[in-house]
Amino acid sequence: MSNLAWIFVSAVLVNNFTLSYFLGLCPFFGVSSRLETAFRLGLANIFVMVITSVCAWSLETLVLPHAPYLRLISFIVVIASTVQFVEMVIKKLSPALFKALGIYLPLITTNCGILGLALFQTSRGYGFFEGLVFAVGAGMGMTLALVLMAGLREEAELSDVPKVARGIALNLIIAGMLAMAFQGFAGLFGSAA
Amino acid sequence: MVSVAKTLQLRTSPHVTSGASVDLIMRHVVWALVPTALFGVYAFGLTAAVTLSAALASCLLAEWLLCKWSEQPSTLSDWSVAVTGLLYGLTLPPGLPVWMTMLGGFIAVGLGKHLFGGLGYNPFNPALVGRAVMQAAFPVGMTTWHAAFGSGRFSSVPSSLFTFPFAAPEYTDALTSATPLAAWKFEHNLAAASDLVMGFTTGSTGETSAVLILLGGAYLAARKMMNWRIPLSIFVTVAVLTFALHLASPEAYPTAPFMLLSGGLMLGAVFMATDMVASPMTTLGVVIYGALIGVLTVTIRLWGGMPEGVMYAILLANAVAPHIDRLVRPTVYGTSGRKA
Repeated sequence: MSNLAWIFVSAVLVNNFTLSYFLGLCPFFGVSSRLETAFRLGLANIFVMVITSVCAWSLETLVLPHAPYLRLISFIVVIASTVQFVEMVIKKLSPALFKALGIYLPLITTNCGILGLALFQTSRGYGFFEGLVFAVGAGMGMTLALVLMAGLREEAELSDVPKVARGIALNLIIAGMLAMAFQGFAGLFGSAA
Repeated sequence: MVSVAKTLQLRTSPHVTSGASVDLIMRHVVWALVPTALFGVYAFGLTAAVTLSAALASCLLAEWLLCKWSEQPSTLSDWSVAVTGLLYGLTLPPGLPVWMTMLGGFIAVGLGKHLFGGLGYNPFNPALVGRAVMQAAFPVGMTTWHAAFGSGRFSSVPSSLFTFPFAAPEYTDALTSATPLAAWKFEHNLAAASDLVMGFTTGSTGETSAVLILLGGAYLAARKMMNWRIPLSIFVTVAVLTFALHLASPEAYPTAPFMLLSGGLMLGAVFMATDMVASPMTTLGVVIYGALIGVLTVTIRLWGGMPEGVMYAILLANAVAPHIDRLVRPTVYGTSGRKA
């Protein structure tokens, strides 16, 4: 399998950010109660992931060789402000797109999934295109997890769930079961990491 | 007034039913599983009997306790938990320590079923939830297989069976052997199809004999107690995919009969994927659902890290089932669009 395809499959299924690395769980639990919103959050995730990847790559090649100790702080600041800036541009240019995605952007910008992507990308030494594929894959993996979770949560809402388990407890257990099901993909196409 | 009440009965619909009820159907599922379970005991000896009894007992006990604690009427008598317990036991390797078996049984019924509100609400097949937890928690125990038809199987049991709770079991290599799928994956050994049909191979307690599982499935299908389209869709997908792959590269991929008959595909497709609650509702829906299970099974088996993927395929398809139902929602009568 070619390297790019391998990175993609690995990010979507094998090392799913949500269900295998357990990153970005706050929006995962916060916005998965309705399928519609969960799907849009997923799209916003892909969008932010791509921006993150580009930012992290530029920082890593242009700035960080001169000041490696600034890696964490510069990732956080640059990614967050770029996303905020893009958000403002979208708001000005396309109010419809802003309505669909914009409200989720601040929610995702500062979460661990985003920082995780930037750090994984640099520590694995991905180039520009590898990083882009990785970002799209990771975002799509999160979308997949969100959509599956939302479907199950909408079903559970109609069920006679015992009082002790209602709410976040049940959601955590559903997420755990999903994560177990995703374990089946472990080692797909001979992937180890 | 009393005599009037006898002739004039006030009831809401439905007025004509087929007489099917939860306990009737579940009882028939148990009967359909009996030949498979008996063959498991015959093939693996006392060990399988102990594993099956422990699985069944732990599920029944969990159901009884949870009904009692939640102050609901006991649902022990509707046979559904017996089906869960039996299926769970049949997916376990014989020789799994009894304490592990019972722990998984409690998880299957407690987390897989009662946490979601009991019968009729489980999003995943409860027996597979129990097994998946076991697979994640005790990977060694769950993949140590005892050879079938051992000579002393009715007089002695392996010492691993009665390991002290929370202690790791010890296995002797002389007793263990590889399943057909593991043998193909790691040693490139293809088992004979005839052995797989009859069940002369090793594996989980109830997955070895394809012919008995199909017999049970045919019985349920004939009595209209199981949606036969689900297993058919799974079998067709797996057969077509494997046939094409085998044609393209006979060296790298096994034959279609081997893929169909080995591992837990038969048991999973006939008895697990057909869980009435966790599978989609419409005919088109179950065909898509079956095809998804088939594709995932082939993917995990051929390219994944594990030799067997049926359990994960069914769990993933269970998670997708609500979306399949949403996508193939029938049009409301009298309207033209999908949105009524």
